[in-house]
Amino acid sequence: MQRDNIMNKTVRNLLVAALTLLPATVLADPTAQALAFTCAGCHGTDGSSVGPSSPSIAGMDPEVFVDAMQAYKADQRNATIMDRIAKGYTDEQIKGMSWFFAKQPLLLKPQKHDPDLAKLGADLHKEYCEKCHSDGGRESDSGILAGQWMPYLEYSMTDFVEGRRAYPRKMKRKVDAVLKEHGKKAQSALIHFYGSQQ
Amino acid sequence: MSDFNRRDFIRIASGATLATGVLGFPGLLLAAGPKVVIVGGGVGGCTAAKYLRKLDPRIDVTLVEPKAAYTSCFMSNEVLSGDRTIESITFDYEGLKRHGVKIISDRVSVIDPEKKQVVTDGGERFPYDACVVSPGVDFKWDAIEGYDAEVAETIPHAWFAGKQTVTLRKQIESMPEGGKVIIVAPPNPFKCPPGPYERAAQIAMYCKHHKPKAKILILDPKDAFSKQGLFRQGWSKLYGFGTENSMIEWVGAAGGGKVEAIDPSTMTLQAEIEEFQADVINIIPPQKAGKVAFASDLVDGDWCPVDKMTFESKRHPGIHVLGDASNAAKMPKSAYAANSQAKVAAAAIVARFNGLEPGDPTFVNTCYSILGEEHGISVAAVYRLDKETNVIESIKGSGGLSPMDASDEQRKREVTYAHSWFKNLIHDMMG
Repeated sequence: MQRDNIMNKTVRNLLVAALTLLPATVLADPTAQALAFTCAGCHGTDGSSVGPSSPSIAGMDPEVFVDAMQAYKADQRNATIMDRIAKGYTDEQIKGMSWFFAKQPLLLKPQKHDPDLAKLGADLHKEYCEKCHSDGGRESDSGILAGQWMPYLEYSMTDFVEGRRAYPRKMKRKVDAVLKEHGKKAQSALIHFYGSQQ
Repeated sequence: MSDFNRRDFIRIASGATLATGVLGFPGLLLAAGPKVVIVGGGVGGCTAAKYLRKLDPRIDVTLVEPKAAYTSCFMSNEVLSGDRTIESITFDYEGLKRHGVKIISDRVSVIDPEKKQVVTDGGERFPYDACVVSPGVDFKWDAIEGYDAEVAETIPHAWFAGKQTVTLRKQIESMPEGGKVIIVAPPNPFKCPPGPYERAAQIAMYCKHHKPKAKILILDPKDAFSKQGLFRQGWSKLYGFGTENSMIEWVGAAGGGKVEAIDPSTMTLQAEIEEFQADVINIIPPQKAGKVAFASDLVDGDWCPVDKMTFESKRHPGIHVLGDASNAAKMPKSAYAANSQAKVAAAAIVARFNGLEPGDPTFVNTCYSILGEEHGISVAAVYRLDKETNVIESIKGSGGLSPMDASDEQRKREVTYAHSWFKNLIHDMMG
């Protein structure tokens, strides 16, 4: 998942914008925009969810988006409903949607969180997570964690820890370590930290 | 790039409002924006209004709706269990105003397709270049003898959320300890296919804690219903369905579940085989397209036929009929479906105003039901249009129901996703 950080955000966004202007021959009908519009009922207008648990997908890294959808499509990621939905789209359509959402600004809502837990989480994040989830989990390359809806983060972490979702490279070692050193509280602390961010 | 043309340009330049408005059609930019008049402030109407403005801010959008606020039918069963208040599902139109939509508080009596005008009860006429009609359903009052709009004030249908939802909630709260509730389910097609069965569960959820000896009986003119296996499994797990002590019972067509008449004075229902008496009765009558669709000659039978590329009426061009009132087979009559259709119609209207052909439509339906505090189930579908047959087909291998025998954790997560679906759908249509 971790990628070389050569391209900065601006360059990437320009690239994304350029990709959407490719001729229609590379894009399946209907348009990526039309496909993306259908997600709003659960993920919010243009992918910024108003909560309480379905995740925001605005500003998502296109590669992370495609990986997630392909995993759902292939029944390789624990799902409630996304496995059923992802199977409705071709690979090209999924790519198209990924570019659409990558361009959308992520609008965050404040979430109730425990400031003490969040403070502990900030420290744990720095030590165990920042290397991949850089800029306090704001960087999109490894999936945006900052400001993401907390119940969703809870479900995702629980699925990783309980073996229902395959860890990306390097993540298992870090999660094992943080839970071993700091106990179950570490998971809540990290989630409260990400949930506290705006 | 040889086949790159203007149509492709608007199709691929997603969100290309500026591109079309400023660069593509300078002639149109100078003229006053085209007018769209929207009839009905429900899911279809509101979503169309918001997305028309979003896709092309030149468009002058007017929405005509008699009610000052919208009360959502989806999630209204949760008012019956006491899990939420009616206020928590009631929303004003201020959000749409912020998107530049004009809100007119009046009832549309008829749409005049010749003059291209929407005519209100208040005597006003609103000219349009395109009209969007999303009136929802109306009831067939003559289907059950003794039941009419007046009786429904005390024996509520509660199928439009609002006053009657509150009435039904109060009746359930004040019925005796071992009280009996009867829900009369409607025949297909009707809006919110899982609604009556989720309603039974939501009432049971309240009774389980407050009136554990109460019974809820569903009388149904059908032999099968939406999410049936999942409902039966959930009812069994939570409310003893299938046992002697079940709180919920269901009588289908084969068992004589079709109700023919009601005597409101004795609270007795005459069904096909026997009579049933109850403390609280909720009748959900058979349905057809809303009044204005009939008044404006938009129906064929009970529903409005449309070209599903654009949701334009097959009876009168320039009028797009969305949501429950339209014949959108094979999409169900649901909030999510209306939201999805509205975006297809809005994009088609914008394309036409810009001299372009509408792009291929795509649709999704997602519908959650909450059976207990921690027990949610869903159905989902991704659709494409078969242009030859004008039928909206579910894409093969996609969609379907929550799995049977899912873990408690999965069912619990689906409750929180149901609440997310509710909040995001409301925000997407009017926020």
